[in-house]
Amino acid sequence: MPEGAPREYDIVIIGGGPAGLAAGLYAARGMHRTVLLEKGVVGGQISLTELVENYPGVPSVNGFDLAQTMLKQAESYGMETEYAAIAGVEEAGKKWRVRSDGGAITAKALIVTSGAEYDRLGVPGEERLTGRGVSYCATCDAAFFKGQEVAVVGGGDAAMDEGLFTTRFAAKVTVIHRRDSLRASRILQERAFANEKMEFAWNTVVEEILGENEVSGLRLRNVATSEERTMAVAAAFIFIGQHPNTDFMRGVAAMDGAGHILVDDWMATERPGLFAAGDVRQNSARQVASSVGDGVTAAIAADHYISDNFPD
Amino acid sequence: MVKPADVTDNDWEQEVLKSDLPVLVDFWAPWCGPCRMVAPIVEELADEYQGKVRFYKLNTDDNVEVASKYGIRSIPTLMVFKAGENVDTLIGFRPKSDLKRSLEKALV
Repeated sequence: MPEGAPREYDIVIIGGGPAGLAAGLYAARGMHRTVLLEKGVVGGQISLTELVENYPGVPSVNGFDLAQTMLKQAESYGMETEYAAIAGVEEAGKKWRVRSDGGAITAKALIVTSGAEYDRLGVPGEERLTGRGVSYCATCDAAFFKGQEVAVVGGGDAAMDEGLFTTRFAAKVTVIHRRDSLRASRILQERAFANEKMEFAWNTVVEEILGENEVSGLRLRNVATSEERTMAVAAAFIFIGQHPNTDFMRGVAAMDGAGHILVDDWMATERPGLFAAGDVRQNSARQVASSVGDGVTAAIAADHYISDNFPD
Repeated sequence: MVKPADVTDNDWEQEVLKSDLPVLVDFWAPWCGPCRMVAPIVEELADEYQGKVRFYKLNTDDNVEVASKYGIRSIPTLMVFKAGENVDTLIGFRPKSDLKRSLEKALV
């Protein structure tokens, strides 16, 4: 890890999804020296989304491309981007210090936009066969299952979206859902029901993912009848929800039981100069547009905070 | 600047399996978003490890034979080969430090 004096910024943003990129754009345009830290792929969850169709003003766009456009826009106003994983966050006098594998940074305000990560099923076979038929990203992996039968686990928007995408390649896509109706938005439900390659296994949970070196099937249980059966599939695409990436904020910011950071209407935590926006905060609507709005709000609040507390 | 060269089903054996140096192969496809994030990292490594490791890219859409032989079910996947043998596999987007660690192991 590089040593030496921490680098000084006005605003540091942790996480390069839509909330962080929007916050970065506003922070940089506000003439604040701004750095965005990202551990993986800029765009967060949308970088794995084939089509974003509900971001107002943009009828339809590939998620990765939308994220790259947001990144370039923010960088054009001077936002810096650093690819590094966070080691810790702490108060340093009136400022915040962020330690990462890229070194230490101090800033007058910290905006946490580290987003959310998909949940695992937690069943035998899942971890061992990840990347070998178990997938959390249909847009990445569906093409490897041309003409084969696959399963999608979950009943929300992500499950339907990715399931519909998978029908372009697979011969049959069975949606496995633990309830007897979907949680997905009406438009996606209608598309899914109308698609002749899609089938539905209701009231059903996955007990085990089967296969030696690649997925060969699933052991399923009907929660209504307790009946067990095996289904032969070449892949299981899992979309059962998500949890906030806030482990590194434990003990720093107040959270709810699920790990969402508590903020007020200005995305401010109870700690001075610390803000949280997007999927990491409690009661997020978890949309690209709402995350962008959160990020903008947090950047404006951080701007006010800096002028009030760090007079030049 | 050395850029990773394309490798295909046809020259796989010659370029990868019979290579005198360790080889890193980046399995990718044009439609894969995360692959576009991995590519620049692999390019940087190709430069840093010039003369020590050979770097190739394999388009899984066009080279189904190799992709299925090695059981590629997810991309990006990076595979490291040493003396014709697959010694390490990294599935999904990984930070540069993980890739370097894998290459250092292969160079021992």
